[in-house]
Amino acid sequence: MGLHLARLQEEDPEAEVKRLGLIVNPVAGVGGRVGLKGSDGAEILRRALELGAVRDAPRRAWLALERLARVRDHVEVVTWPAEMGEDEARAAGFEPRVLGTFCGRPTWAAAERDHGHDVAALGVAGEFVLTSPADTEQAARDLVAAGVDLILFAGGDGTARNICNAVGAGVPVIGVPAGVKIHSAVYATTPAAAGDVAALFLHERPAAVRLREGEVMDIDEEAFRENRVSAQLFGYLSVPYARGLTQSAKAGGVAGEERALNDVATEVIRDMSPGALYILGPGTTTRTIMTRLGLEKTLLGVDAVLGGALAGRDVTEEGLLRLLQAHPAAHIVVTVIGGQGHIFGRGNQQISAPVIRRVGVAGITVIATQTKLLSLEGRPLLVDTGDPALDAELCGYAKVVTGLGERTMYKVGL
Amino acid sequence: MADKPFIHPYIPNSVPATKEAMLDELGLSSVEEIYAEIPDRLRFKGTLDIPPAILAERDLRRHVQGLLDKNISSVDYLNFCGAGCWQHHVPSIVDEVINRAEFVSAYCGGEYSDLGKYLTRFEFNSMLGELLDYAAVANPIYDWGDVAGRAFRMARRITGRDKVLVPSHMSPMRLMEARTLCQPEAMVGSTKLRFFEWDRDTGMVDLDDLRTKLDDSFAAVYWESPGYLGTIEAHGAEIVKIAHEHGALAIAGVDPITLGVLVPPGALGADIACGDIQGLGMHMHAGGGCSGFIAFRDDDPVFAEECPLELYTVMETATPGQYAVAEALAERTSYGARDQGKDWVGTASGLWTIAAAVYMAVMGPQGFKDLGETCIARSHYAAKLLGEIPGVRIKLSPSFFKEFVVDFDGTGKTVAEVNKKLLGHQIFGGKDLSAEFPELGQSALYCVTEYYDQADIETLAAAVEEVTA
Amino acid sequence: MKDETPQEKVARLGRLRRDGGVLHDYQAPRWDEPFIMEQGSPGERGVLVPLAEDDVTAAVGEAADYIPEGMSRAAAPDLPEMSQYQVLRHYLRYSQMTLGMDLGSDISEGTCTMKYSPKMHEELIRGHKAADLHPWQDEETMQGLLAIVYETGQYLKSISGMDAFTLQPGGGSHAVFTNACVMRRYFEAKGELDQRNEMITTIFSHPCDAATPMVAGFKVITVMPDENGYPDLAAFKAAVSEKTVGCMITNPEDTGIYNPQIDKYVEVLHEAGALAFTDQANANGILGFARARDAGFDACHFNLHKTFSSPHGCEGPATGAYLCTDELAKYLPVPLVTKVGDNYHLDYDRPESIGRVRGFLGNWMGVIRAYAWIRTMGPEGLKEVAEISVLNNNYLDNLLMAVKGVSRPYAEGHRRLDQVRYSLEQLKEDTGVGTEALRDRMVDFGIQSMWMSHHPWVVPEPFTPEPCETYSKDDLDEWAAVIKKGSDEAYADAQFVLDAPHAQPIEQMRRTEAMEDPKEWAFTWRAYKRKILKQK
Repeated sequence: MGLHLARLQEEDPEAEVKRLGLIVNPVAGVGGRVGLKGSDGAEILRRALELGAVRDAPRRAWLALERLARVRDHVEVVTWPAEMGEDEARAAGFEPRVLGTFCGRPTWAAAERDHGHDVAALGVAGEFVLTSPADTEQAARDLVAAGVDLILFAGGDGTARNICNAVGAGVPVIGVPAGVKIHSAVYATTPAAAGDVAALFLHERPAAVRLREGEVMDIDEEAFRENRVSAQLFGYLSVPYARGLTQSAKAGGVAGEERALNDVATEVIRDMSPGALYILGPGTTTRTIMTRLGLEKTLLGVDAVLGGALAGRDVTEEGLLRLLQAHPAAHIVVTVIGGQGHIFGRGNQQISAPVIRRVGVAGITVIATQTKLLSLEGRPLLVDTGDPALDAELCGYAKVVTGLGERTMYKVGL
Repeated sequence: MADKPFIHPYIPNSVPATKEAMLDELGLSSVEEIYAEIPDRLRFKGTLDIPPAILAERDLRRHVQGLLDKNISSVDYLNFCGAGCWQHHVPSIVDEVINRAEFVSAYCGGEYSDLGKYLTRFEFNSMLGELLDYAAVANPIYDWGDVAGRAFRMARRITGRDKVLVPSHMSPMRLMEARTLCQPEAMVGSTKLRFFEWDRDTGMVDLDDLRTKLDDSFAAVYWESPGYLGTIEAHGAEIVKIAHEHGALAIAGVDPITLGVLVPPGALGADIACGDIQGLGMHMHAGGGCSGFIAFRDDDPVFAEECPLELYTVMETATPGQYAVAEALAERTSYGARDQGKDWVGTASGLWTIAAAVYMAVMGPQGFKDLGETCIARSHYAAKLLGEIPGVRIKLSPSFFKEFVVDFDGTGKTVAEVNKKLLGHQIFGGKDLSAEFPELGQSALYCVTEYYDQADIETLAAAVEEVTA
Repeated sequence: MKDETPQEKVARLGRLRRDGGVLHDYQAPRWDEPFIMEQGSPGERGVLVPLAEDDVTAAVGEAADYIPEGMSRAAAPDLPEMSQYQVLRHYLRYSQMTLGMDLGSDISEGTCTMKYSPKMHEELIRGHKAADLHPWQDEETMQGLLAIVYETGQYLKSISGMDAFTLQPGGGSHAVFTNACVMRRYFEAKGELDQRNEMITTIFSHPCDAATPMVAGFKVITVMPDENGYPDLAAFKAAVSEKTVGCMITNPEDTGIYNPQIDKYVEVLHEAGALAFTDQANANGILGFARARDAGFDACHFNLHKTFSSPHGCEGPATGAYLCTDELAKYLPVPLVTKVGDNYHLDYDRPESIGRVRGFLGNWMGVIRAYAWIRTMGPEGLKEVAEISVLNNNYLDNLLMAVKGVSRPYAEGHRRLDQVRYSLEQLKEDTGVGTEALRDRMVDFGIQSMWMSHHPWVVPEPFTPEPCETYSKDDLDEWAAVIKKGSDEAYADAQFVLDAPHAQPIEQMRRTEAMEDPKEWAFTWRAYKRKILKQK
C-alpha cells in the first residue's frame, strides 16, 4: 500500500480506503488475440497500428488516472505489471499494488530479433508488451480476489469481453474508450469522464453514482477486418454513471434506473393482448418484462411469450418464423443494444428482416429508459437488418415506451 | 422603436446611451435584429390594449390604493366569516420577518446561499410535526382541498386500491378541488370518491354508516375535525380503527390551530394528516393566505416514497453541530422525474411556511392552549347570545371550536337578507350554507376567534337581533 | 476599453473591486445558530393571547367541557417556549443567511425571471384593504379587488391575444394543470375522452407540462429536440394521431431559442382535432412582440411571480394566470370574475366548468402587484421590458462565450431571446469542475447559485442564466466576471473549486445519505433526535 495510505490508516483506523483495479490493454482493438508467430502476427499488428489502437490505451488510461489523482490519498490502485497498469499508475502519481505476472511475454524487441520484423518501419516507438486475452482475464480475476471496489480498464470490446468472462456483473467496471470502434455500452465518454466517475464513486460522493447494466458486444473479427460490423451480445457488465445531484428546489436526479425499468415493463405488460405472440429481444429492459411475468429470460438470446407464458427460449431465426407461422398476430419488443444505439442488427440478428416483415413494422415496440436514450446524446437509434429496403422503412421516429403512460419520440436512422 | 425613449426606474438599461453602448458591443444597430428570430407572420404588430403608463410612483400608488380603498376590510368591519379562511391575530413579528427583503425575494437559491430559508423550512416542518404529532412533514402547497385530493391519490398508490371514502358533509369547496385531482370516474386512473353519512343532529360522522359502507376495496377513509360545519369530531380514534380493520389508510383533515387543546391526528393513529396552515400567522388575503400541508407516518418508508410534495431533511456537515438542509428523495417529485414523479410540485407556499414557523415559535405550547380555550369560550358565548334571539337557533353539537351553525329559518329571513342588512351594521355575517346544505335550511356558519372580544360579540348579537326583528 | 474584445473585457472585469475589478470580496453571514427547537426556557412566552373575559366564562363555563371525551390533547406540543425578542432575533439571523434576490444578483436563476419586485407593491398588499379581506365577504365590499383582478385579466388577454382568463390557480404549474383539466373537460363534452388520451410535450418544457397532464389522467408523449434544439417537427407529426388531446409546450424553450415554426405544430394538432397550449413561463422576452393566439394556440398561461414582478417569496405564494379562447372559456374554473356595467361580480353560474383547482378565489396578492406593474409600464413599457431583456441576454451571452470552458449548444447562427442554456462540458472535461461545482463556488462572490436545468439534463453540465430587464450593464459585467473567475480557478486549481463553497455559513455537504436512506432521513427535529442522536 502507498506510504500516504498507510499513514492515513495509522492516523485514522476507521478511514475507508477504496481500491481501484486497473487493467490497461496496450494492444486494444483486435480482441487481444495476437500472436507473433510467423508473419501473421506482424500483419495483424500492422492493422492494429493502422487502427490507432496500440499507442492510445496507455495514454488514455493515464488521462483517467490524472483525474483520479485528486483522491489519491483515499484510493489504492491495484494493477498488473508494466504497461498493463503499473506504469500508467505511477505516471499519475499513485503507488500501485502490483499483482501477477504475464503468461507469455514476447516484446517488440524480441519480435525484431527473432522474426526479423522492422519494427521501426511499422511506426512503433519504444517497447510494447503484446498481451493476450488470458492476461486480461487473469488480471481481472486477481483484482476481484484482491477486493477491488471498481475496475477501470483501457481497451476495446475485446478487453471488455475478457473482463466480462472473468468478472461478470460482480464488480462495477468502467471503460476508458481507447481509440477503437466502441460497440459495448460500458465506456465513459472520455478518459477524463471515466476518472471523474471513478473519483465520485470511490470517494467523493458515492451517492451521486448509480450502477446500470451495460451490454458487452462480441465483434466478429473476421468481418471486422473486412470492414463489416457483425456483433453479438456477449454479456453484461455493471457500469457506474453519474446522475445529477439533488441539491436544489429545481434540481433532482433522473428517475432511478431500476424503477424506470420496472415502469417500462409494467407499461408493456399492461398493453399485452393475451392472444398475441410477443418476441422479446435481449436486453435489460426486455429482461425486466420477463421477470415481471415470472419467466426467466435468456440472457443473450431472443425469447417468445404467448398468453403470459414462455413460447420459446433462445429462439433462432428459423424458430421465430415457425412460431409466427402458428401465431400470425405478433409483436416484436426490442431495446437498445450496445453503445451505438442499435435496435436491430447488433445482438438480436435472430429478429431478422423476414421475421420483421412477417410481424409488420407496425408491430414493433421499442422500449428503453429515458436515461438510456439520453446517453445517445442526440444520435439516432440505429437499424441494420441486412435488408436495406426494410431499414429504410424502419427509419423515422419510434414511439419508445419509456415509463408508465409515457412515450418518447426518438429518431431512428441508419 | 418608440420616438421618445422610455426610461423606467425598473429598467436600468433603458437609458438610450446604455442601450447604444450595448448594441455597439454586439455589433447591432437595434434589438429588432434579434427579434428577426421571430418570423414576420408571428410578430404582433398592433398596440397592446393597455392604458398608458403611470410613471410616477406617487401617481401609481394613488391609483392602485384608490382602487383598494373601495374595499371594506375585516379591520373596517367585524368579520364573522370563516369556512376555511379564518381571521386570527397575526403577531407583529410574524409580519416583520416575512417582510424581510431576503425572504420576500428569495426563490430557488441553493442550500448554501439561501441557508436561512432552508433552516427556517426545517424548523417549520419540525414544529408543525409537533403540533400534529408526526415525525414527517412535507412542504406545503396551494390549500387544504388540494392536499386532500393529493392525500387520496397517495393512499391509492400505497394501497393499490382506487376508492376513498369521505364524509358527505366535508367542505364542498374542498370536495370540488379533490374531484378535479381525482379525475372523472370514466378514466382509468381515477380515484373514486364515495360518501358516508353524517349525523344531522351532531354534525359528526355517522359511524354506523361508515361501517356499512367501508370494505376492503377502499384505499382510505377521510374525515375532518373540526368539520366544515365547525363540529369537533368525537370519533377520530374509532374512525382510524375501522379504517385499519379493512386495510385502509386513515386520513385526518385538521386545522392545526386547534391542536393546542385538541388531540393531534398523529396521536389518534391517522396514517396521513392534511389541512391548512392559514390560521398560523397568515392574513386572510381574500383566501390567498391559505396553504395546504401533508404529514405522515415515518415508520414505513412507503409513505415518504409516495408523498407527492417536496421533502427536506436535515443533516450534519463534516463539522459536528453544523447543519445543512437539503431535498430528500428528490427523484420522486415531478422536478426529478417529470411525468413519472408523484403528482406535481411547483412554487406555492414558501413565505407562508416562514410565517407559520415564526407563529408557532412565538406562540409556544401555552399560547396554543390559551388560544384554543379562548376560541372555544368566545364562540360559545356568541352562540349563546345568538341562540337567545327570537327565531334564531344554534344547530348541531355544542362541541365546536370556533365555528358553529346558526339557523335563521325561524326569523323568516334568508341568510342573504340577514347578511345584507348586517353590512349596514358594519358586520360581515357568517357563510351562507343554504345552497351547500339545504337540509340545514337558511343557516349560516359563524366563526368567532380570539380576534374578537366580548364587546364585539355583543355588538354582533345586537345587530343580528335588530336585522331579524 | 471600447476596443476590447469580450475576452479582454471579461478578463479585466474578473478581479476584485479593490483591484479595480467588479467582483465582491464577499463573506456570507454565519451565525452558527441553534435550531429554535433547542432554545428558550420553560415558562417563557413569546406573545400573550387574549383570555376569555369573566363574563364569557361565567356564561358558557369551561372550554374544556366542550371537547368530546378523549379528544382533549393530553401532552402539550413540544414547541419552543421563548420570549418575543429572542424569536425575532433568531429568524432575523436566518434572514441574514438568506441571500435572496434583493441582495445577490440573481441573473443566476434562469427561467425564473428574477426581476425586481417593487417595494411599493408590498406596501399596497400589506395594507388592511388588501390583506384583511375575507374571500366570502359580500362582492359589493370587494369592488376594488375585483376591479384589479378583472382589469388585469383584460390586460393579460391583450398580451396573449386570448378571449378569457382565470386568476384562480395558485402558481404557474397550477395554471398548467388547469389547462390539462380544461382540455379533459372539452373532450369529455365532445364524447371523445375515450378516444383521446395522449398529451404531447417536449423534453425541454417545464416538468409540469409533462406531470400535470399525467395527473389529469393522460399518457404523455415527449418529443426530443432535433440537432438545432427545436422540438423535432417530424417527430411531433409522428406523435400526433386521433388519440392526441393536445400539446403542452414552452416557447421559447429554456434554451432561449424561439421556434420559428411554432404555428406549424399548432396546425398539425388542429388538423388532428386536438388542442394546443403554450406554457409561457418564458414570456419576458416576447411581451408585445409575439402573442400565443397569433401562433394559433387555444390556451396559454403566465406566471405572475415571474414575468409580472410578483415576488418569489422563497417559492410562494404564487399566482398563475390561465387564458383561453371563447370556445374553452365555458370550462374555466369557478368563480369567474366578470363585469356588468360598472360593477364587478363573481360568476358561479358555469354549468360546464371543470369545477375548482384552487379554493376560494386565488392568490390575488400577486394580481395586485401584477396590476400595479402593468400599469406602471403601459404598452410601451412592456415592449421595453421585453427588448431590454433580450438585449441584456445577448450582451451577457457575448461575454460568457468568451469564457474558457463555456459552450452554447444548438441553433448555431441563431440568437437567443431572453435566456440561454449553456454547457460547461468542456470545463468539466478539461478540469473536472462541472456545473454543480461551479454553482457552489460562485455564491462566494455574493451572487445567487446559478440554475442549471430541469431534469433530465439533455445538455450536459448545463447552466441557464436570465438577465431580465432589472439588471444593469454593470450587473451583467459582474455576472460574466464571476463565471470567468470560476473558470480561471478551475483551470488553475480545480480542487479549490471542487471544495467550494468557501465563504458560506456552512461547509460543503458531503454526507448525502440522508437524502435517500430511510434510516438517515430526518424531516423533523423529532426524527433527527430519534434516528441520529438516538435520543427519545
